[in-house]
Amino acid sequence: MTLRSRQAEQPEWREPRAFEAAPAEQAQGTGRSRQAEQPEWREPRAFEARPAQQAQRCRVRFSKLGKIRFTSHRDVARIWERALRRAELPIAYTEGYSPRPKLSFGLALSTGYESHGEYLDIALRDASGDVELDELPRRLAPALPEGIEVQAIVALPAGAESLQQAVTSCTWHIDVGAALPAAVAHATAAALAAPELVVTRQRKGRSVTDDVRPAILNAEVFGGTTIEADLATQPRGLRPAEFIATVDPTWHAARVTRISQWTQVGGARREVLDLPRAATPPPHAEVRAS
Amino acid sequence: MNDVWTQLEPHLADVEKPARYIGLELGAQRPAHGPGTVSWLLTYPDTYEIGLPNQGLQILYEILNERDDAVAERAYAPWGDLEAVMRRERIPLFSVDTHRAAGDFDVLAFNLSAELTYTNLLNCVDLAGVPVRAAERRPEHPLVAAGGHCTYNPEPLADFLDFVVVGDGEEVVSEVSAVLAAWKASGRTAGSRAAVLRELTHLDGVYVPSMYEVDYDGPAIRAIRPRHPDVPERVEKRTVADLAAWPYPRRQLVPLTEVVHDRLNVEVFRGCTRGCRFCQAGMITRPVRERPADQVRTMVSEGLRRTGYDEVALTSLSTADFSGIESVVQGIVDDPSTCGQVSVSLPSLRVDAFTVGIAAQIQKARRTGLTFAPEAGTWRMRQIINKLIREEDLYGAVTSAFSQGWRRVKLYFLTGLPSETDDDTLGIHELARNCVEIGRTHTKGASVKASVGGFVPKPFTPFQWFGQNTVDELSRKIGLLRDATRRSKGLQLTWHDPKATLVEGLASRGDRRLGPVIEQVWRRGGTFQEWSEHFRLDLWLEAMADHGLDLEWYVYRHRTEAEVLPWDHISAGLHKDFLWQDWQDALAEVGLPDCRWTPCYDCGACTGYGIEHVVASAVAPAGGSQGTGQDLSTGHLSDTSVPVELRFLRKPVGASR
Repeated sequence: MTLRSRQAEQPEWREPRAFEAAPAEQAQGTGRSRQAEQPEWREPRAFEARPAQQAQRCRVRFSKLGKIRFTSHRDVARIWERALRRAELPIAYTEGYSPRPKLSFGLALSTGYESHGEYLDIALRDASGDVELDELPRRLAPALPEGIEVQAIVALPAGAESLQQAVTSCTWHIDVGAALPAAVAHATAAALAAPELVVTRQRKGRSVTDDVRPAILNAEVFGGTTIEADLATQPRGLRPAEFIATVDPTWHAARVTRISQWTQVGGARREVLDLPRAATPPPHAEVRAS
Repeated sequence: MNDVWTQLEPHLADVEKPARYIGLELGAQRPAHGPGTVSWLLTYPDTYEIGLPNQGLQILYEILNERDDAVAERAYAPWGDLEAVMRRERIPLFSVDTHRAAGDFDVLAFNLSAELTYTNLLNCVDLAGVPVRAAERRPEHPLVAAGGHCTYNPEPLADFLDFVVVGDGEEVVSEVSAVLAAWKASGRTAGSRAAVLRELTHLDGVYVPSMYEVDYDGPAIRAIRPRHPDVPERVEKRTVADLAAWPYPRRQLVPLTEVVHDRLNVEVFRGCTRGCRFCQAGMITRPVRERPADQVRTMVSEGLRRTGYDEVALTSLSTADFSGIESVVQGIVDDPSTCGQVSVSLPSLRVDAFTVGIAAQIQKARRTGLTFAPEAGTWRMRQIINKLIREEDLYGAVTSAFSQGWRRVKLYFLTGLPSETDDDTLGIHELARNCVEIGRTHTKGASVKASVGGFVPKPFTPFQWFGQNTVDELSRKIGLLRDATRRSKGLQLTWHDPKATLVEGLASRGDRRLGPVIEQVWRRGGTFQEWSEHFRLDLWLEAMADHGLDLEWYVYRHRTEAEVLPWDHISAGLHKDFLWQDWQDALAEVGLPDCRWTPCYDCGACTGYGIEHVVASAVAPAGGSQGTGQDLSTGHLSDTSVPVELRFLRKPVGASR
């Protein structure tokens, strides 16, 4: 192999894909540092007539369980893009010079966390009125990797709120592993009883001190060292790792699972997408697909 | 079976990019192991991101898993953070497919594509719980094997490898499996290890380093001889005669996380006869064997549908030379089933074949990066290295690119080539600057990135006798270019670290005496030497000194014709006198046209093995000079632009002798 071809094996720079509402996650360069590549400038395409795409949107609820929880949010986005092409669904693409499928993901799930309720909005092309939504889980199943499973799909009415806007809180199961059960119960109760919990966090590179107590909507212990916590996502959210650090900085979250994502409908909370009763995961079951 | 997943899992949240260690890719297999099947762990001795796309390993993975007597899984070198966890927690190297411990396999087979991964190979063997030295392995240990381009000179790794496969692996991997299946069935008894290795030497293309003895004369080699009468004196490479019979990979792996070359890859031909004298790949993979265009189309359309990729690369050593390349590219781009969303990349494009037509085609869906490799800055230098493209060809290609809307073009060059003068080196700047100027006439923001690598002479090339430039000399030349380009707007210069070039040169043409050097560098922590932040020249220099070995001898001196080279007992089919003559032609600045479309030079690759070029088109592709039409004295087009006529579609064996 020549020197040149060895260089040619260096990773190509890939433009970060712009997902609507994709949270900022560190771009995962696979790169060797020897030669960081610059993006190829993409010139506007010549006036190519494209039929206007009247998108029909649908919302997908899926699980992410087992080994695949070690993929990142960006990985999951790429997995979906490919799966939708494999299933030959008529996906709408963004207009413009570097068309991308119109996919819109909800709140990012940290790498390593599992989930019983992840969400994705998909825009289908207009001519896709014949896509049978009930059929989709069956069509998508073979195109998705083990551990990602479609649980429900519904059509979205025009003007539906985006996932980022709609979701106000999440229910988590957080296993703090090595801690003693009595200590977990005690510290959790103490956190709930506190009138305020002032912590200093890093936000956008700055240290911010604020009271996170309002973001803890509920927390209870079950099964020894696992805490079920309802944590707000807005107006100011609290992540499971931050919650644990607030309750007891010495703990280490061994396993974190998102159980539900909630919206507010007329003062009551509701799952973004309810599951058919039979498919609802037992509330306190530890699902271990791996 | 020892499933290491339960040990590994609690630690994955604490390491970088844990998705590299979970498997689950589309196309991944979970083969059933059993006493009747030989289990191969196909290992790439660098990270998952670099190793997963390796087409050679993917091809063997499928072929082995299709056999009844073999199974194959995959492993990659764990990154340093996970390695620390593995060593602390006593977690062995594992397969990503079923998380089976590496020590439970019968063969640990490595792909060697780069010399700087050698220490990683030792690290992987050690993490598998296997002694790194072949001589210390016991019946219960797996056999450690290697294949890939670096194994044309396997000598630096002779102490560590039980056997080596030279050349195309598609056929021989099955022959090896059959021999090993019988050995496994016999219970791998004490003493049987040597016997099975000896039996492997009877297979064409299989080299067992321990069955050969090297006789030294001071620093020189006097002779390399087999230890037993039934072991061949010379190991001939394997060549698959017909690529159409091997439409692999059929089920390319689609990773869940980001890797290099993350796209569908379809190999359109193997081998190259352009005859670039610096290029080992072009010399050792002869003759040219094209895949039929229809099979290419089928592999592309089925591959895209199965994988969900939106990009396909047509791979080879010089893809624009593929017969009918334009129609194949057009067919992919215009395929209605992909809605115009598929982009095509042609990774190895000769500038003399890059036309406006191809430029227009490949940018339809999305514009990928464009890279051309003129390799040298002056026509004199390009004659010496036999990269017979004219300046006009490069400018024509660059014009095509910028006129079709590209704003950045990347150019590859080598420096430290035989008889290179400072004028030749500075010619790189000249060419690149002219390309920027051409770009400026099309777009204000035009820029050119010139990437310069230090030349490493490789075995089985005409330059195998050439003394590599010293680190100081390469640094000086790069300095000249830096000074020159500093004032050139729109021209960006990048270069390969000359210190890394030195170690590549050392391993590339080294002999068995380098074994202890490589082992010492590894023992002192010198892994991931391909990665600039981990490269440690000091470890290499120290190890050379500790073992009384001299860089001047191994890297910098010119070799003589009579000298026994460390790889003389391996054969790539090329006659040594052909290579020597080509080396003399190089020094005389004489170019040599492509034998695909001109008479045979008897390099030996076809005639020796009774195989031939498989090329659909009898004439060189249109566009540019294509290395056939130019006046070799000036580098300009002669009046008769295509002086070549070929009457045979396939050249009969030895037709021109």
